[in-house]
Amino acid sequence: MDTVTLLNVLVAGLLTGCVYGLSALGLSVIFGVIRIVNFAHGEILVVGMFMALVLFRWIGLDPLLSIPVVAAVLFAFGYLLQASVIQRVAHLPEHMQFLLLAAIAIAMVSGCLIVFGPDAQNVQLDYALDSFAVGGLIIDKTRAYAAVAAVALAAALLAFFRFSGTGRAIRACADNYLGAQVVGLNVSRLYAFTFGIGSACIGAAGCIILLLVDVHPYLAPGYTLLAFVVVIIGGMGSLFGALLGGILIGVAEALAAEMIQPSLKSAFSFALLILVLLFRPQGLLGKAGR
Amino acid sequence: MSTLLDVAGVGKSFKGLRAVHDVSFQVSEKEIFALIGPNGAGKTTTFNLIAGAIRTDTGGIRFAGRDIVGLRPDQICDAGIGRTFQIVMPFPDLTVLENVMVGALHGETDVAAARRRALDCLALLELDTRRHVYAANLTLPDRKRLEVARALATRPRLLLLDEVMAGLRPTETDRMVAILKRLRAETGLTILLIEHVMRAVMALSDRVLVLHHGERIAEGTPEEVTADPAVLECYLGSAPV
Amino acid sequence: MIDRLFGDLTRAGLAALAAFVLLLLVLPGFATGYILSVTTIILYLAFVGQAWNLMLGFAGLLSIGHALFMGIGAYASAYLFARHGLPPIVGLIVGGGLAVAVGAAISALAFRFAIGGVYFALLTIAFAEFTRIMVDHARFLGGTEGLFLPVSAESRQGFDLFHLRGRPEMFYYVIMLLCLGAHALCRWLLTSRAGYYWRAVRDNPQAAEALGVNIFRYRMYAVMVSSGMAATAGVFYAFFYNNLFPEQIFSVERSIEMTLAPIVGGVGTLFGPIFGAFVLTPLGEVLTWAIEWLQHEEIIGKQVKVDGVKLLFWGIAVAAIVLLQPRGLWPWACKRLGLIRAPEDREEGR
Repeated sequence: MDTVTLLNVLVAGLLTGCVYGLSALGLSVIFGVIRIVNFAHGEILVVGMFMALVLFRWIGLDPLLSIPVVAAVLFAFGYLLQASVIQRVAHLPEHMQFLLLAAIAIAMVSGCLIVFGPDAQNVQLDYALDSFAVGGLIIDKTRAYAAVAAVALAAALLAFFRFSGTGRAIRACADNYLGAQVVGLNVSRLYAFTFGIGSACIGAAGCIILLLVDVHPYLAPGYTLLAFVVVIIGGMGSLFGALLGGILIGVAEALAAEMIQPSLKSAFSFALLILVLLFRPQGLLGKAGR
Repeated sequence: MSTLLDVAGVGKSFKGLRAVHDVSFQVSEKEIFALIGPNGAGKTTTFNLIAGAIRTDTGGIRFAGRDIVGLRPDQICDAGIGRTFQIVMPFPDLTVLENVMVGALHGETDVAAARRRALDCLALLELDTRRHVYAANLTLPDRKRLEVARALATRPRLLLLDEVMAGLRPTETDRMVAILKRLRAETGLTILLIEHVMRAVMALSDRVLVLHHGERIAEGTPEEVTADPAVLECYLGSAPV
Repeated sequence: MIDRLFGDLTRAGLAALAAFVLLLLVLPGFATGYILSVTTIILYLAFVGQAWNLMLGFAGLLSIGHALFMGIGAYASAYLFARHGLPPIVGLIVGGGLAVAVGAAISALAFRFAIGGVYFALLTIAFAEFTRIMVDHARFLGGTEGLFLPVSAESRQGFDLFHLRGRPEMFYYVIMLLCLGAHALCRWLLTSRAGYYWRAVRDNPQAAEALGVNIFRYRMYAVMVSSGMAATAGVFYAFFYNNLFPEQIFSVERSIEMTLAPIVGGVGTLFGPIFGAFVLTPLGEVLTWAIEWLQHEEIIGKQVKVDGVKLLFWGIAVAAIVLLQPRGLWPWACKRLGLIRAPEDREEGR
C-alpha cells in the first residue's frame, strides 16, 4: 500500500473514530457517575438515528441540524428512565441491573422493528458524494462534517463537566456519593440528569452516524459492543479515555478493513478488547484499582 | 511449650504509608495471645499479613516451622490457620448451618461428616438453635459467633479472631470469653486475637503485644502491659481500664 | 441419596415433580405435532437455562456470551457429521471437550487477572463475538452461507438414536432426558462440596477463601460444567434444526435467549429455569396467535411483525421480573403452593 492510500485510510479512520468517541462518551459518562453499565447504549443510539431519519423524511432536516431536537428528546428519555426505573434497582446486584438494561434494550429494538421494519434505510444528502481534496488526500465531506460535529459536541460536554455548577456537582457525586449527599446535593436528581446527558450525547452521535451508515434496528447490539470496546480500551469513566479509545478503534478498524478484509475489522476490535481486559482492565487512561 | 507462630520483623506499607514496621512476636502452642493498640496501630494489617490476605514487604512468618509468606488465604487455611473478619462476612443467602458447613468441608471428606462437624461447632458457640436462620437475618452478636464457628469448623491449630467482642454487651462478652476458654481447654486450640474490649483481653490472654503506629511498644502479661508507662501514655492514658 | 437430592421438597413438591416427569414421559402418546415441537423447544430452553444458571445462580458468574459454548458444540458436531459422517456422540465428545477447554481458558485468563462482575460478562461477549466473526470467515464451516446437516424424508421417519436422525418424538425424548438429567446433575452438585463452595464464593469470595476454598479452582469448575452442558445443548440444536448460521448461533440475542428462562423462573433456584421456560414459551405462542388473529380480523395491519412484538414482550417481561420479583417466579410459586420445605423442616425425614 502506498503512502497516500495509507494516509487516506488513517484520516478516514481518525474521523470515524471521533464519532465513535462521542458515542462512547455517552456510555462513559453514565458509567463514571452512576456506576451502571448501560447495556441499552446501542438501542438509544439507533433510536436517535431513526428520529433523525424521520425528521429528514418529514421536513428535510439535515441530520446534523436535527441534533438539538433529538438530543433534547433523548435527554428527557434518559432522565425519566433513570428517575423512574433504574433508580429502583440501585440496591440489586450488578447482574440484575445489567439484565434490566438488557431488557430495556430488547424492548427498544423491538419497538423500532415494529415501527420501522427490519430493512436498512438512509438519508440522501446533496453533499453525500462530495469530498475535500487536501494535497493528495481525499476526505469525504460527510465524514469531515461528522467528525467536526462530534469533536465540537465532545468539547462542549467536557466544558460542561469542567466549568458549569451542575457539571461540577455531578463530578462530586461520582467521586464521593456519601460526601455529595452530606453537603446537600440532590444525588438522585443529579443521577437522572447524568443519564439524560449521557442519552442526549448518544442520540447526537446517532444523528451524526446517520450521515455515514444506513440505519436498521439490528445495528443496535453492534453499537453497544463497539461502545463497550471503546470505553474499556480508553478506561471506564474517563472522558478523554473514551475519545482516545474511539479514535484508536476507528483507525484500527480502518486499517484492518483496508489491509485484511472489511468484514474482519470488528474481530480486531474484539481482539483488542480482550487484550486490554486481560492486561490493563482499567483501560488506557482509567485509574488503576477498581 | 513450642512456638507455633513466629512473626519475625514483618513490615508493610501502603502507598508509602507505613502500616506495620518491623513487628516480631511468637505465639506458643495452646496460648491465648492478644494484639492491642489504638485505632490505626496496624493490628488488622498484621492479621491480614499472617492470613495471606495481603503480602508482606519485609520479614518472615513461620507457622509450625513452615514458611507461610506468599501463600494464598486458602493455602494458609490448609496450613491450619483459621480467621474471622473484623467486619463480619457471613454468606447471607446460606443458613447458619450451611455457613459453618462451608468451613467444615475443609478437611472433611463428605458432606454428611461436614454437617455433623458443623453442628458440633454451632453447639460449642451456642448457635445451634439458630442453625436454620439465613445468615442475612442474624443479629450482630450472632454474626460474630457465626464468624468464630465458621473459622473453627476448618479445624485450625491457630485461630485468628479480629475484634469478635466489638459491639457486644458486657454479658455477651463474658459469654464469648467463657466459650473461648472452654475451646482452648477442650481442643488445645491456640488463639491470636485483636481486641479493643479490655475486659475481655484481661480475662482471656496469657500474653499481650501492644502496637502503636505500626510498631511494637510493649509485650508481656496483661498485668505487666497495663502497668507499662509507654503503654499508658500512648493508649491507656486516654482510655483507662 | 433420595433424601439428599430431594430433601428440599415437601410431599406436595415431590408429588408435583413426579407428576411432572410422568406427564413428560407420556406426552407424545396424545400430543399433537405442534404441542410436541413447542414442548421440545421448551425443554431445550430449560436445558440451556440450567447450564447458564449453574454459573450465575450457583457460582455468581454472569455470562452473556453463553452462545459461544452452545455454538462450539453445535458447529463441532455438525461439521463432523456433515463432512466426515461421524456420529453425534463423537461430535459431543469433541465439541464438548472444546467448549470446556475454551471455557477453562477464558476463565483462567479472567480469574488470573482478577476480572470480575460486569467485566467478566463483557469478556464473555467479546469472545462470543470474536468467534462469530471467525466462523463467518471459516470456509470449512460454511461461513455466512451456513452449515447444513444431511436429512432425508426417510430419515425423518426413523428412530436412529446413534445418528440422531428420526421422528420428532425421538428428539423430544432426547431433550427431555437431557433436561431431567441436567436437573439431577444440578441437584447433586448443589448438595455436594462444589455446591456449598460455589454458593460461598458467590456470596462472599473473600470469606470463602479464608475458609480454605480455592476460589480460582471452583470458579473454573463452574464455568467448565456450564460450558460442557451448553455444548451438549448445541449438539442437540444442530441435529434438531439441521442448519447453522454464525449470526444466528453466536449472536448476542442467542446468549440473551439462554438467560430468559432462568431469570423469569428464578436465578439460583434448581427448578426455576425449567419453570421459566414452561411459562415463557407458551406465553410467546399465545402472543403469536393473538397477533395473527388480530391481523386476520384486520384490527392491526400486516406490517406489524410477530417477531418484533414477541421481542417487545420478552423485554417488558424481564424488566418487570427484575423490578417486581427479582428472585424470580418459581420461589414465589413454591411459597404459594407449599412445594419447598423451610430449612428447619428438612431435619427429620418426611
